[in-house]
Order: sequence, then C-alpha cells, then structure tokens
Amino acid sequence: MPKVLIAGEVQDGKLAGVSGELVAAALKLTGNPRDVSIALACDDAAGSAENALACGVGSVYVIEHPALKGAGQGGFDAPVTAFVALLNAEKPDVFLMARTDFGYNVAPRVAFRLGVPVAQDCIDLAWDAASNAAVVTRPVYGGNAMAVYRFKEQRPQIVIVRPKTFEPAASNLSPVGEIKRFGVEIPDSHSRARLVESVKEQRAGVRLEEAQVVVAGGRGLGGPEPFKQLQDLASVLGGALGASRAACDAGWIDHSHQIGLTGKSIGPRVYITVGISGASQHMAGCSGAKTIVAINRDPDANIFKEARYGVVGDWQKILPAFIETVREIKRS
Amino acid sequence: MPPRIAVCVKQVPDPDAPASTFKVDESARRVITAPGIPPVVNGFDLHATEAALRIKDAHAGGVEITVLSVGPSFVMEVIKKPLSMGADNLILVEDAALADVDAHATVTVLAAALKKAGPFDLILCGRQASDWDNAYVPLGLAEVLGLPCVTLARKVDLLKESGKVRVERSLTDGYQVVESDSPAVITVSNELGEPRYPTLRGIMAATRKQPSRWKPADIGLNAAALAPLLSLERLFVPERQKEIELIRGEDDADAGRKLALRLREAKLI
Ligand SMILES: Cc1cc2nc3c(=O)[nH]c(=O)nc-3n(C[C@H](O)[C@H](O)[C@H](O)COP(=O)(O)OP(=O)(O)OC[C@H]3O[C@@H](n4cnc5c(N)ncnc54)[C@H](O)[C@@H]3O)c2cc1C
Repeated sequence: MPKVLIAGEVQDGKLAGVSGELVAAALKLTGNPRDVSIALACDDAAGSAENALACGVGSVYVIEHPALKGAGQGGFDAPVTAFVALLNAEKPDVFLMARTDFGYNVAPRVAFRLGVPVAQDCIDLAWDAASNAAVVTRPVYGGNAMAVYRFKEQRPQIVIVRPKTFEPAASNLSPVGEIKRFGVEIPDSHSRARLVESVKEQRAGVRLEEAQVVVAGGRGLGGPEPFKQLQDLASVLGGALGASRAACDAGWIDHSHQIGLTGKSIGPRVYITVGISGASQHMAGCSGAKTIVAINRDPDANIFKEARYGVVGDWQKILPAFIETVREIKRS
Repeated sequence: MPPRIAVCVKQVPDPDAPASTFKVDESARRVITAPGIPPVVNGFDLHATEAALRIKDAHAGGVEITVLSVGPSFVMEVIKKPLSMGADNLILVEDAALADVDAHATVTVLAAALKKAGPFDLILCGRQASDWDNAYVPLGLAEVLGLPCVTLARKVDLLKESGKVRVERSLTDGYQVVESDSPAVITVSNELGEPRYPTLRGIMAATRKQPSRWKPADIGLNAAALAPLLSLERLFVPERQKEIELIRGEDDADAGRKLALRLREAKLI
C-alpha cells in the first residue's frame, strides 16, 4: 500500500476543512491511516497540528517559518521550496494537494521542480496494486469529457483533488500519530514575488460556498436589474446569490458571485438557476448540488439535462409569480 | 531597449460550440474536432494578449510583444488574431509530433522557444486552456526558466522606475496586490475585462506579417523530450441521465406558482 503525504492548509490557526477531504481521498488509496501523513507549512502550526493528529493519521510534519506566513502568498516561492525539501526527505509514494488557491499555485511547481507528473483537478483516485501506481479520474474540456490517467513509476505521484468531491474524514479521533518538526532554510531574498496588499470582500449573509440554497442568474437575465429580484428570492430562502460567468463578464454582478470551473464550487441542497444555459464549465461548479431547479425559455438548453425540476418559459413572467408564492409559503 | 513581452497562446477547439457537437473517439482517446466549427485562440490567452497591449499603451517608449504558440498544425486566420489585435511578432513551433503531447512537453517546448526568442521582461499566459484545463503550463514554465510566477491577474503593470511587475490577483473572495521581480511569468484571468476587437488596420497588418516557424529540432528538442509523463487510459463523455420533472401551467406565471408549490411538496423550500 502506498504512503501518502497530504499538504494540509491552515485557516485562522486551524486545519482547513478541505484538508479533511484530502484525508478521505488518501484513505481511498491506502486503507491504513498510519500510512497517511499531513504536512503543515505555515508560520505557526500550534492549533492546526493537533487538528491534523485528530484525523487519525500516522504523522504530522510541522514546517514552521516566517516566510510561510499566509501560506507564502504572493509568489508562493516559500511553500514550494518547503514541500520539495520534505518530499525529498520523506519520499512518499503520493503527494496530495487540494485545488484551492494554495494547491493550484504550489502543486504544479513542486511537480516541475522534482521532474514528476501531476494530475490536476481529480474527482476520483485509486491505487492499482498490480502496477504500483495511482489511477485518477478528472474532468477535461470543461467537463464535457472525463479522462482516466495512470501514473508510471515516478515518485512522488502528485494529485490535485477538486474540493467538495470527498466527504471530509472524521476529525475528532484520539491521536495515534506523532508530530515531527521539519526544518527548512528559506532566506529572506527567496521570495521574488511579495504580497503587498490583500483585500477580502466582506459580504453580509450566507457564504455562497456554504449556502444550503443558491439562486443564480445568467445571460438570459439581460441586465443587472433582475439580480435584485434574485437576491430577494435568495434572502427569503435564507440562501446566497450566484451567477454564470457570462453575467459577471457583462458587469451585471461582481465576479465573486461566479459559480463554475473558474469560479466558486457550491454544494447546496437546492440550486435554482434562471436564464443559465448550463454549459459544462458552469456545471463544474455545482456538481455538489443535490437538487437543481431550472427556469429557461429554451427547451433544449443543457441545464434541463442536469435539473430535477424545470419550467420552460420566460423568466420575466415566471419569476414574479414564483417569488410571490415562495413568500406565501414562508409566511404560512 | 524597450521592454519585451512574450505572450503564450494555444489554438483550441471552440468551447462555445454546441454541446451536441462534442464527441470523443474512445479508442484513439482523442476529442473529435467538430466539422465546420473552426478552432479559436484559447479565451484566457486573448486576455493575456490584452494585458500585454494595455502595458504597451501605457509605455510611451514602446513595448515589443511577441506571441508564441506550440501545436501540431495551425489555422492561420485563427492563430494570427493576437497580431491583428496589435501584437508585433508571432512564433509558431509547429510539428505533427506535437499532436498528443502533455503539459510537461508543452512546457519543455515553450521554455526552449522562449530562450531562443528572448530575453523577455515579462511572460504572459492565460490562466488555463479550455481543452485540458490543466492550468499548469505557466507554473511549469516559471520553474523551468527559474522565474517567479504570479497567477490569476486582473491587472498587470510594468513599473517604469523599479522595473518590477505589479499584479492584482483576482481571488474568489477579493483580490491581492503582488509585486514581483522581473522577468516573471504572469497568468491572466477574464476579470481583466474583454479583450479588444481587432481593427481593420490591425487585420490588414496581420495579413502581411509572416510568422517565424520553428520545428522542435530548431530549438534543440527530440522526440524523447516530448513523451507524456502520465498515460491516458480512457477518455469518454460522461452519461448525464437525470429524471427531470417539467412543471407546466396555464401560462408562465401559473407555471411559476406551481413550481414553488411543487418544491414545497418535495420539502425543498
Ligand atoms: C475555460 C473556461 C472556463 C469557464 N468557466 C466558467 C465558470 O466558472 N462559470 C460559468 O458560468 N461559465 C464559465 N465558462 C463559460 C461557459 O462556457 C458559458 O459560456 C457560460 O456559463 C454561459 O453563461 P450563461 O448560461 O449565463 O449564458 P448563455 O449560455 O448565453 O445562456 C443564457 C440562457 O438564458 C436563456 N434565456 C434567455 N432569455 C431568457 C428568458 N427571457 N427567460 C428564460 N430564459 C432565457 C437562454 O435560453 C439561454 O439558455 C467558462 C468557459 C471556459 C472556456
């Protein structure tokens, strides 16, 4: 069975939820949690190291360095160097990162520096004992096709996992593993791209990624105004407002609302789309949605192949009556 | 000497082609190009071209923009689009051997071509290509060339005084400002804004320009350098079989009402 090393992510001093998803992915490769380890590259791993141990893994590597503050954001030079050093020392069979901003920037560079392959955005993975290699599945062509890749003999085999694909593993187990400190040299001059400013947009209400109900609009809305109606509907349902890239690119709504391959991934109980055609790149962001509801005037729109409930017609007539009835239901 | 910017672009199947035209040859593990639908320059690569042109617009002393592409065969009207937008030169590394190469091989070829055509102050790429969605050619290039890499730019400035590159990175919840040494590899995202349309003058100028055409051997590469690192075992179109319940009413408004009631009944709202 392979030895799997996970790049953990630290958020507000705790192990980020996505790292639990990586533990679940690792357990698909090896049945034995003791063969799994988590590496934390940050400036202070005080709380997150305990969180990582509570995932039941064999070891937690702590790489602490001031240059790793904020995960080395900016150019990500420091974490690339840190992980390369750890991988050279520990020689795991598989190295897992998540397709977050961190993994997206760091994993490919680690792979190229080590001269090994990397598989991007995987939604499934398995260990093939016969060939002693990982076999992974990933959407390509914006989700229009699926590709299955087999690694060869190189080590480590680097896999980037799509977030919200695996249910997070248990994170409240009694620790069996140990914390190991790993020292790296990262000179001050090492980071050639430096973070100057970081602006987080604060938005009132439910976060899109965590919302149980999401209401989204697309190019079919024709302008910025109708998004107010959708926001009202989202508020009544206690949900969040989303959009297609076409609507964001048109400037009708901020890009922070974009759902899809190059936007946010959502996993609500109900996803209501209005005037969205359901292009595969859009659907890539809502594969976690349990029930999709579509309002679109084109009966042949792809969204009707993905939706559970649908109305074919003009949203301008459908939506007001829909919202009104939803309000009545909520009042009663 | 005026700053020199390289823009890496890829010719890809049109991602806006109707989904029904998307087909895969499972035995050859290849996407079948839909007949009658011409390829396009990858959308984000046009954003990268636009970013380069904006830098050129801002530099009175001039900027030279060189576009590079790697692929098995090019459609001239398509791959010349960045030239018609205003780029200065086009270099094509074109060879049948480049048909099924992976991102690692693409990096090897691009890096060699950039070295031959360089030096450059800035290398701009789209954030990802819409065919294989790998998003790692730019990061790989940065590693192979030993350069810093800043991804997902919505704004790129070449600072005259310091020679540094200032990038606004677009994140899903906000943005970051990053300052990098130059040369650097920067990837550009659609948040930059729409790429400009070619003007008639630009199109005429592009028609007259002849691209430089190189073979892998011209930049010191042989077939072994192009072998894929991963083996593609299967390529298929996933089944989408969802049972849909279409809600009908006397008119659209009635259908809207009934939809709400049906969702209530299904305990979804
Ligand atoms: C590499 C890449 C990455 C991408 N990433 C993303 C991404 O992250 N997210 C994303 O969303 N897209 C993404 N896209 C773009 C994607 O391919 C589509 O172009 C986009 O999702 C289309 O948005 P839309 O559905 O709003 O617009 P359209 O496809 O134009 O659909 C509009 C729909 O509105 C309907 N309509 C029009 N008028 C009415 C009316 N009065 N009443 C009811 N219905 C009406 C139409 O029937 C149509 O189906 C990406 C593309 C590429 C190439």
